Amino acid sequence: MNLHEYQGKSILKSYGVGIQEGVVIDSADQATDAAKKLTEETGTEWYVVKAQIHAGGRGKGTVEETGSHGVVLAKGIDKIPEVVNGILGGHLETAQTNGKAKKVGKVLIAQDVYYPGESEISEIYMSVLLDRESGQNVIVYSTEGGMDIETVAEKTPELIYKEAIDPALGLQGFQARKIAFKLGLSGAAFKAMAKFVNSLYNAYVGCDASMFEINPVLKTSDDKVIAVDAKVTLDENALYRHKDYAAMRDISEEDPTEVEAKADELNYVKLDGNVGCMVNGAGLAMATMDIIKFSGGEPANFLDVGGTANAERVEKAFRLILKDKNVKALLVNIFGGIVRCDRVAQGIVDAYNNIGDINVPIIVRLQGTNAIEAKKLIEDSGLSVHSVTLLQEAADKVAEVLAV
Amino acid sequence: MNSFVVTKKYKKMAVLVNKESKVIVQGFTGSEGTFHAGQMIEYGTNVVGGVTPGKGGQTHLDRPVFNSVAEAVEKAGADVSIIFVPPAFAADAIMEAAEAGIKVIVAITEGIPVADMTKVKSYITNKDCTLIGPNCPGVITAGQAKVGIMPGFIFKEGKIGIVSKSGTLTYEAADQISKVGLGVTTAIGIGGDPIIGTTTRDAVQLLMADPETEGIVVIGEIGGNLEAEAAEWIKEHGTKPVVGFIAGETAPKGRTMGHAGAIVGGEDDTAEAKKRIMRACGITVVDSPAHIGKAMAELFAVKA
Repeated sequence: MNLHEYQGKSILKSYGVGIQEGVVIDSADQATDAAKKLTEETGTEWYVVKAQIHAGGRGKGTVEETGSHGVVLAKGIDKIPEVVNGILGGHLETAQTNGKAKKVGKVLIAQDVYYPGESEISEIYMSVLLDRESGQNVIVYSTEGGMDIETVAEKTPELIYKEAIDPALGLQGFQARKIAFKLGLSGAAFKAMAKFVNSLYNAYVGCDASMFEINPVLKTSDDKVIAVDAKVTLDENALYRHKDYAAMRDISEEDPTEVEAKADELNYVKLDGNVGCMVNGAGLAMATMDIIKFSGGEPANFLDVGGTANAERVEKAFRLILKDKNVKALLVNIFGGIVRCDRVAQGIVDAYNNIGDINVPIIVRLQGTNAIEAKKLIEDSGLSVHSVTLLQEAADKVAEVLAV
Repeated sequence: MNSFVVTKKYKKMAVLVNKESKVIVQGFTGSEGTFHAGQMIEYGTNVVGGVTPGKGGQTHLDRPVFNSVAEAVEKAGADVSIIFVPPAFAADAIMEAAEAGIKVIVAITEGIPVADMTKVKSYITNKDCTLIGPNCPGVITAGQAKVGIMPGFIFKEGKIGIVSKSGTLTYEAADQISKVGLGVTTAIGIGGDPIIGTTTRDAVQLLMADPETEGIVVIGEIGGNLEAEAAEWIKEHGTKPVVGFIAGETAPKGRTMGHAGAIVGGEDDTAEAKKRIMRACGITVVDSPAHIGKAMAELFAVKA
């Protein structure tokens, strides 16, 4: 589950991680009051207005309606209404929104932290995530903060460092100091960074995150170390022990069909293709998507219907898939093991009759327990459903149907 | 315990489980545990009992219920355990089994928090046990023992070993392998989570060493680098024909496809990249999952 920047920062702050302070608003008429409040708390006189969407690249992104960028500096409280109006309520497209603009429902009015002072400001990159290979968490960090880390990895991989954390022992003090040292810090900034790293790791573990990415971590001109951005992903499987964080889910960021599917306990991911599919099992579902492509189509979705493919669930799945007007054919691929194919077949017949006006060709491939009975059941039903048993036959049928 | 006897017995095993495995079920009396224990017994698996804390002394499915895994090891000689415990308690159940001396631990449970699994992985590093899963269909040695949730009848006895991250795709492969007349020795469902006990390479190594296995099917999917790691090992040490398939060529970047671990993060964990590495290491990779059985049959025809 992804969080917004302001939510991620609130978690960081609760663990004692230094952050760029800010006030989040969802209505433009709260803007000036929010800015005033922030000035009272932090003394800032300039403000950074940041669109809260689940995508990076906001600073370079463009709001469709106004032409504004997604992150804008307001040099004075009198500029706040204009800047906020340029972002809030608009649709922001960035390099990471996959060609679709995202509605900005909230903006964060944050303090300006790039103020001049005694020492030089530096931008650092830091993330905490799981290294799947070793089964350990790692802290990835670099002196090259403020830019896309993939670009850094490509151009100057030697400037990216990694520190693995022993799961049994947790982060040790010397590791935090090593990180601060490698980042070239000294004096007060060195101490501040060691504390930052320690608190950041505690936050990561404490909220069962699967990723924290702070880009940039800023060393300010007065030697403070703070998180200027926060990209946080939480482990969905651990949300049961974090009800407060689970409540942070923003369903407006998700595809409405996927939200509906989740409510029905169907594992569904919307895609852009023309052949819908309903499958039992995640691996077979991915393989079925691939088959669709090899047959000349493009998958319209991923859908794992799970082990109980009864009439009710099949009907829900069919309705979800058929909502997508791009769908020109539907492939059902069930490998019946514990679940009997004839039961699934009956489910398909019932669902078909209940929905009524299905006008895309349906190919049903049922294999496994009672597959022969299932094929007969579908053939005898009189429905315009193509019934096959082998995976290759299903692939050929998809190609045939698309060619018409 | 008498470790000499245990060692000797393991030499006779096909891979991981066989007719002589003494299997217990953790989460025995729950609905999942009850159903699948029944199916396993029906298949002929030597299920010697189960564990449900607090229900020790009772009898369930005509077998004894124990309060702890240690008790099941002591009283029933259990050496294999299958876990159906809910996600919140599953990590604890795995560690209990490892501590009690169980040699093969099969964790079926889906949805265990990653943080719990990092602890488990660290805990079992120095224990003498093999963890399969979690979030997997289990292990089956055709005709001998089914320690999992797979439909047993699909796995016809034969000479091909299967390693897979996915359940139904394993059934698909086993079905194709059986239909081309080759049949299956042992199928190992390693699971689709980001952290799993037995990796693709570990499982391939076991099957390469098994004299009864003559060929291996490796089924992977997007996310992580387990298939590449296995492919590199096969290149160096492989002695048997290997057919590979990677699911998820059409999966979009950054989206989790059902399995918690099935997510494309960068360039290296796409289906395309994995297939390229596997091919470079001499594995026969099929693009279509419908061609797994056919490809293996062709390799054997050439060999013959």
